[in-house]
Amino acid sequence: MASLLSRFCRKLALPGSAHGSRMTSTTACGSETVKSLNLYSAINQALHIALETDPRSYVFGEDVGFGGVFRCTTGLAERFGKNRVFNTPLCEQGIVGFGIGLAAMGNRAVVEIQVADYIYPAFDQIVNEAAKFRYRSGNQFNCGGLTIRAPYGAVGHGGHYHSQSPEAFFCHVPGIKVVIPRSPREAKGLLLSSIRDPNPVVFFEPKWLYRQAVEEVPEHDYMIPLSQAEIIREGSDITLVGWGAQLTVMEQACLDAEKEGISCELIDLKTLLPWDKETVEASVKKTGRLLISHEAPITGGFGAEISATILERCFLKLEAPVSRVCGLDTPFPLVFEPFYMPTKNKASSSSSLSSPSKTHIF
Amino acid sequence: MAQHLKSSKSTFLNVLRHSLAFGSPSHASRHLRQKLPHGGPPSIKKVSPNPLTRLCNTMVDTLSSSHEDTNNESFTNIQVMDFPGGKVSFTPEIHFISESNEERVPCYRVLDDNGQQLPNSQFVPVSKEIAVKMYSDMVTLQMMDNIFYEAQRQGRLSFYATAYGEEAINIASAAALSPDDVIFPQYREPGVLLWRGFTLQEFANQCFGNKSDYGKGRQMPVHYGSNKLNYFTVSATIATQLPNAVGAAYSLKMDGKDACAVTFFGDGGSSEGDFHAAMNFAAVMEAPVLFICRNNGWAISTPTSDQFRSDGVVVKGRAYGIRSIRVDGNDALAMYSAVHEAREMAIREHRPILIEALTYRVGHHSTSDDSTRYRSADEIEWWNKARNPLSRFRTWVESNGWWSDEAESDLRSRIKKEMLEAIRVAEKTEKPNLNHMFSDVYDVPPLNLREQELLVRQAIKSHPQDYPSDVPL
Repeated sequence: MASLLSRFCRKLALPGSAHGSRMTSTTACGSETVKSLNLYSAINQALHIALETDPRSYVFGEDVGFGGVFRCTTGLAERFGKNRVFNTPLCEQGIVGFGIGLAAMGNRAVVEIQVADYIYPAFDQIVNEAAKFRYRSGNQFNCGGLTIRAPYGAVGHGGHYHSQSPEAFFCHVPGIKVVIPRSPREAKGLLLSSIRDPNPVVFFEPKWLYRQAVEEVPEHDYMIPLSQAEIIREGSDITLVGWGAQLTVMEQACLDAEKEGISCELIDLKTLLPWDKETVEASVKKTGRLLISHEAPITGGFGAEISATILERCFLKLEAPVSRVCGLDTPFPLVFEPFYMPTKNKASSSSSLSSPSKTHIF
Repeated sequence: MAQHLKSSKSTFLNVLRHSLAFGSPSHASRHLRQKLPHGGPPSIKKVSPNPLTRLCNTMVDTLSSSHEDTNNESFTNIQVMDFPGGKVSFTPEIHFISESNEERVPCYRVLDDNGQQLPNSQFVPVSKEIAVKMYSDMVTLQMMDNIFYEAQRQGRLSFYATAYGEEAINIASAAALSPDDVIFPQYREPGVLLWRGFTLQEFANQCFGNKSDYGKGRQMPVHYGSNKLNYFTVSATIATQLPNAVGAAYSLKMDGKDACAVTFFGDGGSSEGDFHAAMNFAAVMEAPVLFICRNNGWAISTPTSDQFRSDGVVVKGRAYGIRSIRVDGNDALAMYSAVHEAREMAIREHRPILIEALTYRVGHHSTSDDSTRYRSADEIEWWNKARNPLSRFRTWVESNGWWSDEAESDLRSRIKKEMLEAIRVAEKTEKPNLNHMFSDVYDVPPLNLREQELLVRQAIKSHPQDYPSDVPL
């Protein structure tokens, strides 16, 4: 990605290009207490707060009772009781269907799908029931209290069925929201917003970061707004858009590019549906270049939606084709994972400069 | 070692397991089984080449002859081991449970085919008021279906689905429930709404998709919903409502309500994955939910012989640990009683109940179907005449002196007038405003929808002739 960036921006390399500065992510109050937490602990904290603040909220899914296979639900059953935090039978369509019913009665149902690769049996319930519950009833009913959490993404050794990024399937469903946090601090605030949002939300957690990512997380109850993208690194030469664990990779690429004098503006989309077009549009109008990166396979990936939208809105301001650096169009491989992943050093197979209209496929 | 052996056979096996290093208790018992007990079936009494087996058998002999063991039963009755999930007893016989019982599960009914109360029939008594309302609503449902069906044939409605033959299931089940019980219908249960007070006008408004439709014109006809009557909006997807009902039932239990969730589905619906998911969840979560299956013999053109090979749907309850009953769905009193009892059990004991109501789908699947293409007109006619739920119940109601021909004709002419008026009004009521295409997708329309509405409105402005004129802008 860094060499791609440098080819993109070679002509624009100006001496003294500003290095991006990191903006602080949340609206933190001055005297908050923070604690160093990893991602699963931050998620756990959010769940504790959610259950504490609403007595009609529930957390359930496979193996949730003992703390969950990724430890996100540790301590909840002991604290809030087995009536509110419980194991379910091994049946995703049942888990989500049951959650919809609970939410339809005005409760908050925070359901866990053990790994996003297993969410598909619940797809019918999500698309045909949850997403349409309010609309088809003329707003007589809704299941806004439903939040579906699922670990997603590469983990280094997950293969076909422990590594998928299925967000694109869900971004095509009007009526639900899709949220993906990039870090522990973001995850806690976004999860609390998702749980409290009056619409059903699918919340994908980057499992790679469950232990790997550690950050200072405020201990109090805070929420990060949905459908608001964040510029996490300011720049002037190129806009990069991503979400979840991929932002860590993209940040490295930005650092490398800055060494070659390219100033990168990095945006965390956070909410993919409905997504914050305005922030991305304003950025691209400033920089004139856009690179989107995601782990999911490139064809039909959410990067295509962002690319098409930005082309429509910023065509005259673009100085180069929109680039997508993504996973390959294969099932997620095991031994070949390092080759599959959109790593920072990926280079295009054909030069973008000789044929500017060609999309870079990684 | 012998002196350490107590009379308990399980101790014996523990000894075997530990000191003879058997891998598992079932392994141990396999060796045991070669030694057959007193009075048991003749064995393969050969001397085993396996020294461990020989040792086991010797020890078994020793124990069996021990005076301490007063319980000289065969090894077949020993509960050998607690497996996860509980104790099971072993058997040396290889025996497969039959795929079906010799006799089918009997069907509960109160009235015979002619509407006479069967002797010794158990049923929950019904007051005159309730009985008359039940019968009147069955007639109303049938007439509503007639008139809407005709309206569709005349091109005034885009679509309709009747509940012919299933009026007793519709009305009697509703009558046995309380208004606080939440309903998750499939699509052939408008009678439940009717019982609860949904007016003919309200039905017509939804069918015509006008601005008074609570669904705001978004769905096809017969996709009713009413939050004030606790009837969740119909979705055409089959059986998806079943797990939802279980979640709702769990909520009622947790909130301590004197109410249950009730969900309806057909014989076809019982094949869907969501049926199995819901039944299993309901049992595990101990949810107060009634699963009412309208087994009407047909899933569009698919007869039940192509749908499942079990004895109908009722036997599936046991597979999930759910109490079940099979009921004559065309017998209003039997339906009423079954649902009444089921509801009490569900709420009092926090358990799901499965009710299989046997019936027949007299009408076509919908106005998009001509069922004479896959079944004989004679068959339809027979069910319509000989097993008609209305005539059976009417006989019983009249036998109590609660109904008459005069009451019948009064009712029918009143309903006909009301229906025609409801259609007339619904037809000329304007459609919902265009902005309702965009509202309620989310609680608040997001930016992309606000933009799309602007684009659509622009398109309408430039080409008004391309768009229907009855949708107000």
